[in-house]
Amino acid sequence: MKAFIKKEFLHIFRDYRSMVILFGMPLVMVLLFGFAITNDITNARIAVLDNSKDVVTRQIIQKLVSSGYFILENNITNQNEIENVFTRGKVKEVIVFESDFANKLITGGNANIQLILDASDPNTANIVTSYTSGIIASYSMELMKQRSIAPVNINIESRMYYNPELKSVYMFVPGIITVLLMLVSAMMTSISITREKEMGTMEALLVSPLKPFQIIIGKVMPYMVLSFINLVVILILARFVFMMPVAGSLTLLLAESLLFILMSLALGILISTISRTQQQAMLLSMFALMLPTILLSGFIFPIENMPAILQYLSHIMPSKWFIIIVKNIMLKGTGILYFWKETLIIIVMTMFFIVMSIKKFKIRLD
Amino acid sequence: MSADINITNVSKSYNEVVALKNINLTIDNGELFGLIGPDGAGKTTLFRILTSLVLPTDGEVHIGELDVVKDYKKVRRNTGYMPGRFSLYSDLTVEENLNFYASIFNTSLKENYDLIKDIYIQIEPYKKRRAGDLSGGMKQKLALSCALIHSPQLIILDEPTTGVDAVSRMEFWELLKKMQKRGMTILVSTPYMDEAALCDRVALMQNGKLLAVDKPQNIVNSYKGSLFAVSANNMHSLLSDLEKLDNTKQVFRFGETIHITSNIESDNQYIEEVNKHLVSCGYNNISIKKTNPVIEDCFLALMDIETEDKDKAE
Amino acid sequence: MNEREKIIEVKELVKKFGNFTANNKLTFDVFKGEIFGFLGANGAGKTTAIKILCGLSAPTSGFAKVAGWDVGKYPNKVKSNIGYMSQKFSLYNDMTVKENFRFYGGIYGLPGKEISNKTSYYLEKLKMEHTQNVVLNEIPLGWKQKLAFSVANIHDPKVVFLDEPTGGVDPVTRRQFWEMIYETADKGTTVFVTTHYMDEAEYCERVSIMSEGIIEALDTPAKLKEHYGVDTMNDVFIKIAR
Repeated sequence: MKAFIKKEFLHIFRDYRSMVILFGMPLVMVLLFGFAITNDITNARIAVLDNSKDVVTRQIIQKLVSSGYFILENNITNQNEIENVFTRGKVKEVIVFESDFANKLITGGNANIQLILDASDPNTANIVTSYTSGIIASYSMELMKQRSIAPVNINIESRMYYNPELKSVYMFVPGIITVLLMLVSAMMTSISITREKEMGTMEALLVSPLKPFQIIIGKVMPYMVLSFINLVVILILARFVFMMPVAGSLTLLLAESLLFILMSLALGILISTISRTQQQAMLLSMFALMLPTILLSGFIFPIENMPAILQYLSHIMPSKWFIIIVKNIMLKGTGILYFWKETLIIIVMTMFFIVMSIKKFKIRLD
Repeated sequence: MSADINITNVSKSYNEVVALKNINLTIDNGELFGLIGPDGAGKTTLFRILTSLVLPTDGEVHIGELDVVKDYKKVRRNTGYMPGRFSLYSDLTVEENLNFYASIFNTSLKENYDLIKDIYIQIEPYKKRRAGDLSGGMKQKLALSCALIHSPQLIILDEPTTGVDAVSRMEFWELLKKMQKRGMTILVSTPYMDEAALCDRVALMQNGKLLAVDKPQNIVNSYKGSLFAVSANNMHSLLSDLEKLDNTKQVFRFGETIHITSNIESDNQYIEEVNKHLVSCGYNNISIKKTNPVIEDCFLALMDIETEDKDKAE
Repeated sequence: MNEREKIIEVKELVKKFGNFTANNKLTFDVFKGEIFGFLGANGAGKTTAIKILCGLSAPTSGFAKVAGWDVGKYPNKVKSNIGYMSQKFSLYNDMTVKENFRFYGGIYGLPGKEISNKTSYYLEKLKMEHTQNVVLNEIPLGWKQKLAFSVANIHDPKVVFLDEPTGGVDPVTRRQFWEMIYETADKGTTVFVTTHYMDEAEYCERVSIMSEGIIEALDTPAKLKEHYGVDTMNDVFIKIAR
């Protein structure tokens, strides 16, 4: 088996182009997501329809403008103007305060703000909402402290509660870790096994006394190591380029990642048992693993915004659970108690895939 | 493991395509046995059944006391198999390939060096070269070394000489003879009919059937009818003119001459008829000689009978 | 024989890869309508030479002219005047017979009408009309090779290069294949063929035998056998290549 693993490493090192891709990809992806495709907004233009014009609304507007994210384009006085503001195209968001805002908030503990977004760019709209909500939420906290009043409630939902600095790279790192571990582990193993089938060397391996699990482990080990190295590279980048610390236990993070890598490898083997050519293996990995990981795991699009059927579908995506775990450890700094359910789900999935792949691994050719 | 091979009523079909039709064959321990036939005859399928890589649709195969389906693990441990496709890692060097194949059989190059020495010394100068950069003949030798490295009692070689030049082919067969002297049972398939004479016994195969199984000499001896080699000044058109002859079973080019088989008893009478016909067609330098058939002549005759039977059946 | 038109002219052709000389001063001519056997051991440099003659690779020094064009200077002119087929690469297995004809005819810029005519002409000749809509991987190897040869001839090239065209083909089909070669040569197309079947070497008008980058012998099979004092081309080959 040692020889098998050695041979596998030789394949990897001889094919230096793939090596470059394997190790270059995490770098490029993290840097791209971190710098170029950043979701941070600066100078988003907003308009305000203040039906109350009291001290609280003025303070909130002040807060928003001084955050540096927003520029107050104009104050409007009439509901009918909203459409006009948007058609002129510059304004991304209109903030509507209900009348008698301060009074309702302080005496009743409850007041409403309506955010109206230019949704022609849904992604930006989404982010602008989050930023606005974040700032308003922090204002209401301050308000409570200053005036020592009973909890007040400004009715806006905050989605980025655990990302207080509102930096999108924090949201992307867990996603990138997931995608890359999946890609390297599942896709590379499935390709390397189908390559042996295509070249005819699988025939020679099958007639040898090697047991299926030996072949599988021999195939899997090198990619496990590679994935692990990739993980470390991403974490180092996150820490030193984007100043993003790991809030929770690093050991726990590595252990959970190892579990996820194991699951991806098992998936890769499963894919290789049903594909005949390298091309099939690659396409299958892409469509069956990568796309759902990117689209359905909550990496880019929030799961709660999806139609019900896709939400159900996202439950069977292992990556969804892993992203939750990584976010918990990296951003919230929570321990295993908070995500033992997710961990258990991945363990069960891993077992299932390992059993399936060993069972389906063919000891014959037809 | 004794390496007597007993193949009983073996058939194999892939969906509707029949690859093997009711094969019965016995191969003795220590024999150098050749399976001879063109691509698509079913040679590879039969070998894959023997190495337990493919399950027969019907029938049984025993190697010694072992059933290839039930005892496949033992069978695989004692068999050296060289698949028809180039089954080496082209990105690994000669040495790395050998070491790898040795280690998966829990042995080492050193341990069995004697066994492959004869072959290995020919490729040793290139041991640091990647397998993918070797010439055809060298690749075959490396593949054979890999198949032999665990000292199997039975080696199965699927078309080891296909696409290899005549000299390398000759050297390869010399190696096989040496292996046989060590007591191994060797099963080789080849599309080159002239290699039949180098085997102890051969099976001629076509369309999933065995046309004949015997010693090469016996197959040649059982050739029915008389065979003549004809040549004349214009070889291009000679074939079509010979095809117009009466009393003639088969006409085909064979090297520098054209082989024809007669349908009648008297050879002299036949030669005269042929000569007369060719003279009337305007040929010069006519030569018609009775000749001894070789395996390829037998194969062609057997194929002819086969097609006739098929036509009759339809 | 000297009056025959030269279709391939090779003079002092050298091809080097680094320090390794794959072809060392090859000099030979091949004539119109000739069947020329190009033999040699694996690794003797045959493939390199064929690549040069087909315009796929430029010679290091020396000169080669195919169908009237210098292969180093006008590789594209050479390519449009030659046909090529080999055992490994011939036709597309996932396309039908007709689609293969159409594709290769299209490559050589034949008009659609002509392609259809040629397709039916060849299929009729091969008695394979019923297969025109059959996907190629359902056709036995021998038939496939016959089709591939027809496709290589679809644009009436001056030379066809056949690289081990009959490998693995059954003895009957192999002979039918050679009848096709004869017919093509009789029509004036030059046939340049490599093979490992030594009986096929006998079918060639002239044969060259290469060893370690050099042409060691070039003559008619009969003269070669006489010169080396042996009975078969197999023995000639072994004497030279060993």
